[in-house]
Amino acid sequence: MSNEIRFITKNFHEYDTSSIDSYIGIGGFKALQKAVSMDGEDIASLIAKAGVKGRGGAAYDMGRKWSQARAVPGERKVIICNADEGEPCTFKDRELISNDPFNLIESMIIAGYTVRAQDGYIYMREEYSHLRPLLQKAIHQTEAKGFLGKNILGRGFEFNIHLYSGAGAYVCGEGTALIRSIEGKAGRPRMKPPFIKQSGLFALPTCVNNVESLSIVPHLLLDEKNFYISQGSGESIGTKLVSVGGNVRHPGVFEIPFGTTVREIIYNLAGGLQDDRKLRLIQFGGASGKIANSDILDTPYTYEDLKKSGVTVGSGAILVIDDRTSVLDFLRITQEFFSHESCGQCTPCREGNLHIKLLLNKLAKGEAKHRDIDTLTKIAKIMTMSSLCGLGESAQNALLSAMRVFPETFDVGGAE
Amino acid sequence: MEMVNITINNIPLQVEKGTKIIEAAKKINIDIPHLCYHPDQRVKAHCRICSVEVVGKRRLLAACSTDVWEGMEVHTDTPIVKDTQVGILQLILADHDQNCLSCPRNQNCDLQKLCSRFNIQNPPLPNINKPQPIIDTNPSIVRDPAKCIKCGRCIRACKDVQGIAALTYANRSDKIVVTTAYNKPMEDTDCILCGQCSLVCPTGAIVEKDDTQKVLDVLLDPTKHVVVQVAPSIRVSLGDAFNLPKGALVTGQMVTALKMLGFDRVFDTNFAADLTIMEEGAEFIDRLQHGGKLPMITSCSPGWVNFIEKHYGNYIDHLSSTKSPMSIFGPVMKIYYAQKAGIDPKDMVTVSIMPCTAKKFEAARPEMKKDGTPYVDIVLTTRELTKLIKYVGLNFENLTESEFDSPHSIGSGAGAIFGNTGGVMEAALRTVYEKFTGKTLEKLEFESVRGLDGIKEATLNLEGTEVRVAVAHTLKNARTIMEQIKAGTCNYHFIEIMACPGGCIGGGGQPIGTTNAIRRERMAALYELDRKLPYRKSHENPEIIALYDEFFGKPASQKAHELLHTHYHKIKKEYEFE
Repeated sequence: MSNEIRFITKNFHEYDTSSIDSYIGIGGFKALQKAVSMDGEDIASLIAKAGVKGRGGAAYDMGRKWSQARAVPGERKVIICNADEGEPCTFKDRELISNDPFNLIESMIIAGYTVRAQDGYIYMREEYSHLRPLLQKAIHQTEAKGFLGKNILGRGFEFNIHLYSGAGAYVCGEGTALIRSIEGKAGRPRMKPPFIKQSGLFALPTCVNNVESLSIVPHLLLDEKNFYISQGSGESIGTKLVSVGGNVRHPGVFEIPFGTTVREIIYNLAGGLQDDRKLRLIQFGGASGKIANSDILDTPYTYEDLKKSGVTVGSGAILVIDDRTSVLDFLRITQEFFSHESCGQCTPCREGNLHIKLLLNKLAKGEAKHRDIDTLTKIAKIMTMSSLCGLGESAQNALLSAMRVFPETFDVGGAE
Repeated sequence: MEMVNITINNIPLQVEKGTKIIEAAKKINIDIPHLCYHPDQRVKAHCRICSVEVVGKRRLLAACSTDVWEGMEVHTDTPIVKDTQVGILQLILADHDQNCLSCPRNQNCDLQKLCSRFNIQNPPLPNINKPQPIIDTNPSIVRDPAKCIKCGRCIRACKDVQGIAALTYANRSDKIVVTTAYNKPMEDTDCILCGQCSLVCPTGAIVEKDDTQKVLDVLLDPTKHVVVQVAPSIRVSLGDAFNLPKGALVTGQMVTALKMLGFDRVFDTNFAADLTIMEEGAEFIDRLQHGGKLPMITSCSPGWVNFIEKHYGNYIDHLSSTKSPMSIFGPVMKIYYAQKAGIDPKDMVTVSIMPCTAKKFEAARPEMKKDGTPYVDIVLTTRELTKLIKYVGLNFENLTESEFDSPHSIGSGAGAIFGNTGGVMEAALRTVYEKFTGKTLEKLEFESVRGLDGIKEATLNLEGTEVRVAVAHTLKNARTIMEQIKAGTCNYHFIEIMACPGGCIGGGGQPIGTTNAIRRERMAALYELDRKLPYRKSHENPEIIALYDEFFGKPASQKAHELLHTHYHKIKKEYEFE
């Protein structure tokens, strides 16, 4: 019945996460040993050939990213592991850190070797503070074994990992805000250019990767039977972690091959809706994601098919909402989130979120007129088209998609 | 220089690689709306009102932050662009108190201009602006947070130009505000009241403290003898507000306007600048010859004096004890002039027109008072003088020219260039050389201390002694110099420091819209004035000679020390890292 498979999550529960020897016992650091015998460019192209796309939400070609980062000139470079995982209903990275911390560390060292960086930073969200001791211990053990530090594996390359906690701002998942947060500045995004790959942390060339993206790499390097690329098809190769939450019986993180249908994920893996209630809507990719109705259930979970159905993979979150919550209430809750998390620098996001909140409240009270719906649409579009960073750009994805999928929610009756 | 071909609204043009879209559009006379953009500041891209369409791009791009590229096709006039720009303006407006009619920046406001341009009549959004108290606790700067549009220009001026960072953003989302650390009044922070924030604010959120009513009141009081002095830089900046060419020299019209306003005497601060040079020059020679504290640093700029008091209090004995031209003039007017004219100083009101918000603070300092009464009663900025001229309905640009009043009507060229960064040093060197050597200085111009470079240097040979001097403007550069002094690596003898970029011609009280390009025009105009004046050295000013003959005796005399010199004091910070 279950479509769940184990590739990225292969090591889960296979070793003692507090012991590097236990990790080595199941083949840990073999991928690193293999990597350092390869040319960095070949590692990047291996990832590119496997079609791995960034798993934080932007779905940027990871092999290409590493190749570009490798090509950027610079005496010193930086790898950042984005473990901010701020998208609501996204908790796959937490599972990866909790269950397989050494794999993440190994992958960061491989990344450092590939792009010729000397420092790696793990930026972990404040809410995951309980995982700090685990990760910090793993880093120390790795240092003690000589996999971190100077002259790693006798190959003359140096790499160190620094663990850094955020202070709880959603926007710090955005690359430039994350970097400013590590630098000790207020966590507000900046305009680009300069691009992070050229001038990132401490103005050094920087390559930022999501936890899941990184976690794939060691397994991929040792995937001699080409299992990973045998999964999925087209633009969506391999396996993917999805975080399923909301009104389902068994919320959790599941590793699926791309192409599994949304129905299989929700009804087989997550056990279907609580009390067999009726499905109202599904939001894909976190609070910044778009929403769909039950028409999407038979769509295969791939980049291409979801796009055709009007949503995106995003962070890999699948939030299932049953008929106890109205579309409008759902949107108001989502809006509260963005009204709280906007950094406030740029006008469309700062003021737009506020007015949309007011307009949704007006709609909920039954006081909205046609012109309010027009204003709602207009502000949402302005935010999408002209905000400074991705937060403002995507904050109204839920609203704009709801206007398409649930037009009745915005029907204020009568003609003007 | 690499050029790229682009089109804006289908008009082809060639611009340098690296040009921003907003600058490229200016070349074909298209003004893309902007609020956070400022030509002298690094790009912020916060307000987003300059969003334009670029063919092939999914989203609109900010014209202030986007470099042009070969083949770029920009559209500034499509429906989506207009909807976005007007929509953003409406969003800003909904969080603004819209109190235009009683705003100090009425008719001189970037936000108001955009509302007029886009014909905003029935804003569709509810106004969500919350009433907030006006912060009005110091003599120089007033903040009105309800008018703040969070563009960040003041923050950049304070941090990037001055290196102070007294202003910053706090909170997030719609709670974001521009404020000081812990919301303290500005005077209790690292702020030195230079007013550069008020010069770049696009709205009325940060303005100079308005003292125009005080002046109108005394002008209408028949029992008061009201005299006014006008700083060197005002004559090349006042014309800006009346649509005259940038840097236009309007001394004659300005004096006429002041007389028509009703001032009993109009005196020239250039005269007082010469007096400052006499005292400061003598002080420097004395320090040089008698092992006094070197380097000696000028103390004309009140923003700079506030800075050294707050930030480098342990080095305050480097400051010259000579008062600034404005403050040196105070006792000369209330004692020397009053005696000469037979007026009781109690019936006299002394007003000064300054390019500076910190001068308001300087005039109110205890060091500048006698028995609790200030020598300078009221200080107005250039902007406030403009308001007074408009108030009485003068057609400024058509006024005939008049002369300053005796006995303080003559200023030398050396006094005139006090308005420029490097001007005080150049003026001082002209006098120091001739007083020290007894010889005539052949070349009066010290070109190496002119211009907008941050730190400039020159040397002067005084009978075999090589005197090394430096000139710094903006407090960021001042800090560099002070760190050298602190580290013991500073080998200058004499340093001029001005708080504001360009010196007084770029002061925080100058007309709104002052940019570095305009600063250059004003600087050139003052050097031109210097070149044309009959007296170009302070010690040759006949009125100065008469003042010493009749009253002070000689520079650094006991009487001069009593009235023309002062001492400043370290201000202890709440926290001290040293």
